[in-house]
Amino acid sequence: MSDLTDITLKDALEGLKARRFSSAEITKAHIAAIEGARALNAYVAETPEKALAMAAQADARIARGEAGPLEGAPLGIKDLFCTEGDHSAACSRILDNFRPTYESTVTANLWRDGAVMLGKLNMDEFAMGSSNETSALGPVVNPWRSKGSNRPLTPGGSSGGSAASVAAKLALGATATDTGGSIRQPAAFTGTVGIKPTYGRCSRWGVIAFASSLDQAGPIARTVEDAAILLKSMSGHDPKDSTSLPVEVPDFPSFVGKSVKGLRIGVPKEYRVEGMPAEIETLWTQGIDWLKDAGCEIVEVSLPHTKYALPAYYIVAPAEASSNLARYDGMRYGLRVADGGSLTDVYEETRAAGFGDEVKRRILIGTYVLSAGYYDAYYLKALKVRRRIADDFTQAFGKVDALLTPTAPSAAFGLGENSADPVAMYLNDIFTVTVNLAGLPGMSLPGGVDAQGLPLGLQLIGRALDEGTLFSLGGALEKAADFKARPEKWW
Amino acid sequence: MSIDAATVRKVAKLARIREAEERLEPLARELSGIMAWIEQLNEVDTDGVEPMTSAVNTPMPMREDVVTDGGDAQRVLSNAPKADKGFYVVPKVVE
Repeated sequence: MSDLTDITLKDALEGLKARRFSSAEITKAHIAAIEGARALNAYVAETPEKALAMAAQADARIARGEAGPLEGAPLGIKDLFCTEGDHSAACSRILDNFRPTYESTVTANLWRDGAVMLGKLNMDEFAMGSSNETSALGPVVNPWRSKGSNRPLTPGGSSGGSAASVAAKLALGATATDTGGSIRQPAAFTGTVGIKPTYGRCSRWGVIAFASSLDQAGPIARTVEDAAILLKSMSGHDPKDSTSLPVEVPDFPSFVGKSVKGLRIGVPKEYRVEGMPAEIETLWTQGIDWLKDAGCEIVEVSLPHTKYALPAYYIVAPAEASSNLARYDGMRYGLRVADGGSLTDVYEETRAAGFGDEVKRRILIGTYVLSAGYYDAYYLKALKVRRRIADDFTQAFGKVDALLTPTAPSAAFGLGENSADPVAMYLNDIFTVTVNLAGLPGMSLPGGVDAQGLPLGLQLIGRALDEGTLFSLGGALEKAADFKARPEKWW
Repeated sequence: MSIDAATVRKVAKLARIREAEERLEPLARELSGIMAWIEQLNEVDTDGVEPMTSAVNTPMPMREDVVTDGGDAQRVLSNAPKADKGFYVVPKVVE
């Protein structure tokens, strides 16, 4: 039998359904791959016993002819999702010993559809980072390396473990989350497909909060169709999340392969930023040509407030984070330090010991911009700029059906390369963050490799609730790009 | 606008994060750098613009004000750093 980890989710599901192999077999193959890939540090908790038990149940359901849409497929879960009884710490020391007594809605949906959980995936602490280096459990190493180099590269962040696990064949697919680019940038850095759906498409219930008006879950997968299959299962209205949209979940996989002829594609001129590598510019032009060849009409559009998206984000997200993370007080769950001291001592020492530097930095910024005297100048101003950014998109979508841009301003960079300057790190999200502010769906898919042999991503942005068009366009681009490069196994 | 060590001390106090005295200056520099970059927002004309507080254009859903869950102290307390007889144990709050 061929390697059961080197297979798309789609093919795996077909093989399982036709009983060419069992869920136990494909799950065991992944468990072995994970054990052999600890050098990547992609998983922070491996749950092989749970995986095998779930696989046995899946095999029983398949035998009874009761297979669900994901029956028997082994997946990795980002550590941000609460899964009952397992490590669910957002890769923070403050939640080290926390074991949820409940299941997030998104993961519950996956298990309802028959999926198998392999373990929990590494990430930047509380999803705050673009390189996975803020994880309290150490960075993930990208399975990709530059040609002829052993230098460890970042898989991107915050969903670095999710992206690396899918690229290194340690899962058929993975859950991820995206607050400013945390699904799309890691997907671009690892040659995988990631989609952040419309805000409200996936329930946030049981997903550890970072910035609630921006956080959204989505999948990372090997193909556009695999991403569509996963998103269909993850999505759906949930009364437990008041921002979950009460809308039907479309049959996303059916959009892959649909003709894109006649669709109007916007190319925002403001995304041609200074200092962008020529290879990214070239890939973008190539992507435009691919869509032209597929029958799309290309239209130049303007999103004039693009350059203000990141500064606005770095007020809105830290403000919401400072409020959300106030819950970590050492009283009800998580770490408690200085027990026996005064109440203030316990609060202050617990939070000092439990949070890493980047998380503290963002809490301090958030507290500052919300504090008396600064609220109007910073927070309110940022919310108004956010409206301007959303209005830019509304105007553009009056003329076009979707937008095509690069996903990130560079390929994967070296671990440690950008960590000294917070603003340099923040600039990674320059092309992705606008979508979070406006609540729109965005997808990244691999378009090619650079001179170093590292993958580069193209981003598609759609109208609210129009993920279907992104899956059609993504399918067309995927077919044209015919991206076959894979990381050479060194781990 | 630049942030000084005294402001960092005040903000850290508000955020209930203990920062050592020698960390205040470096933090002030870091945060000032970030805030200086954020200042470019002032270039945007936002007169008469309604602040965007939500990414979705739907009214907040309402539900019946009834108990739907609860009565499970054991589960609620299972992650408590300290618990006793069905209660959280916390530092003394009132002298």
